[in-house]
Amino acid sequence: MIWNPNKECMSRDEMHALQSKRLQKLVTYVYHNTPFYRNKMQEMDLSPEDIKTIDDIVKLPFTTKQDLRDNYPYGLQAAPASEIVRVHASSGTTGNPTIVGYTRKDLAVWSEVMARCLTAYGITRDDTFSVSYGYGLFTGGLGAHYGVENLGATVIPTSTGNTEKHIRLIRDLKITGIACTPSYALYLAETLEKMGLSKKDISLRVGAFGAEPWTENMRHEIEERLGLKGFNLYGLSEIMGPGVSYECEMQNGSHICEDHFYPEIINPDTLEQLPYGEQGELVFTTLTKEGMPLLRYRTKDLCTLMTGECECGRTAVRMGRITGRSDDMLIIRGINVFPSQVESVILEMKEFEPQYMLVVDRVNNLDTLQVQVEVRRDFFNDDIGRMLAMKKMLADRLKSVLSIAADIKLMEPGSIERSQGKGKHVIDKRILK
Amino acid sequence: MTIKQLSVFLENKSGRINEVAKILGQNNINMHAFSMAETTDFGILRLIVTEVDKAVEVLREASFAVMLTDVVCISCDNVSGALSTILDNLTEAGIFIEYMYAFAEGNSANVVIRPSDIDRCVEVLVSCPCSVMNKI
Repeated sequence: MIWNPNKECMSRDEMHALQSKRLQKLVTYVYHNTPFYRNKMQEMDLSPEDIKTIDDIVKLPFTTKQDLRDNYPYGLQAAPASEIVRVHASSGTTGNPTIVGYTRKDLAVWSEVMARCLTAYGITRDDTFSVSYGYGLFTGGLGAHYGVENLGATVIPTSTGNTEKHIRLIRDLKITGIACTPSYALYLAETLEKMGLSKKDISLRVGAFGAEPWTENMRHEIEERLGLKGFNLYGLSEIMGPGVSYECEMQNGSHICEDHFYPEIINPDTLEQLPYGEQGELVFTTLTKEGMPLLRYRTKDLCTLMTGECECGRTAVRMGRITGRSDDMLIIRGINVFPSQVESVILEMKEFEPQYMLVVDRVNNLDTLQVQVEVRRDFFNDDIGRMLAMKKMLADRLKSVLSIAADIKLMEPGSIERSQGKGKHVIDKRILK
Repeated sequence: MTIKQLSVFLENKSGRINEVAKILGQNNINMHAFSMAETTDFGILRLIVTEVDKAVEVLREASFAVMLTDVVCISCDNVSGALSTILDNLTEAGIFIEYMYAFAEGNSANVVIRPSDIDRCVEVLVSCPCSVMNKI
């Protein structure tokens, strides 16, 4: 099934024309409403009239997460406050979250693209669908929620937490679809088994998984243990939230909602646009966004773009799996974590050497973060109570900055490996699986 | 009447205690007593050694985090009830013991005590049926 064949199966020529028209309009809009972009364009001696087709996009400036941070909170918002009806936020690296305001039309577009995703997964009005992303500032919960409502299926806003109750609801309400992180899906499977139940006791058929990187192996394991078919759901809050791209039943890349989010792949070092098929950094331009439209936003996600009509009939460009990041961001339990956040906390505490190592792992299907720090010689104390207090103080400060709990491991001075040049601060054991 | 105890910060990693023992051995420093306090990720090795200043020096050279702590060391009869009699006096005097460890040999037992108030502790102990040691 295809939710919006007019857009999802548009011919490439029509799509090119639509994107060109929308880009022209977008550039004119931000030029007149976002001083940040007007200044950048003026510096580049660029006026909105210079953008005639979508191919002219290479003339436009890039936008980075740093730009959003520097212009916190509302610097890149183009719509007046009176038009903004909702705000979401994603975690920031230095304490400032990224604030994204949505107009009524933005929310309508979001529900539209989410409905496209769900339809591609095989969800219909007859389904009962559990949204198990966190509800709140995070875009996952509410983003998926309104998509399900727009589609007309029954939404069960379970959010996260209380997994046993959730499983009883899945069983008793005969829930057929679920949106959550892949690691939460594995946790659900484990809890289901602990409760003495199996996939035979539930009716889950479709899983929409995203918000963190996952592998084919995880897909097979989740499918096997929950008895459903798992689909990729991609999105990022700066661009919209979940719904930017989605897998169809062919599962050969994720179709990008190209009429709203124009994708490019660039070389992260030279910033040159790369041809389709080459691996590089994914960049999005929000062709229709009103609240906080972004030109050429650098996602830092590394992947490839594929063209050609899919067997499902959709014509949109597809993106391959995210194979890595061009920065050092980690996604731990769905939360963005930058090593620099940990560093800034450690540097503020005189008890520790400015050396640290983040060890990320997945234990019982839940991501874990261990922060190893070296205790400064002068701060070593024979009193264990004081040592534990030092450890707790660091744990508390990290929690408030990262929004997730980290396990602290106090190390002897000099024991963390010093590297020449660029410091290695992360050991991610999860990808090995 | 107090003794300098050597405290060494150690990660929970196999071979670490041996590293300390090896360095002390190579420098002809003898250990009279030691105890290991451990948490889930680190431990504190507490030692009474022959040449404490030299021990600090050689361990620091080998990058260990070390510190000296004042402790009281007593010698009492190695018979049942002896320790309890002594501790009764400390309890009465309101002295709290942060940690202690002991080693018995033949007729006498040596006890290392880290009290909350070391001067007061020594004061109480000198009038107890034990000897407070100046050195081991």
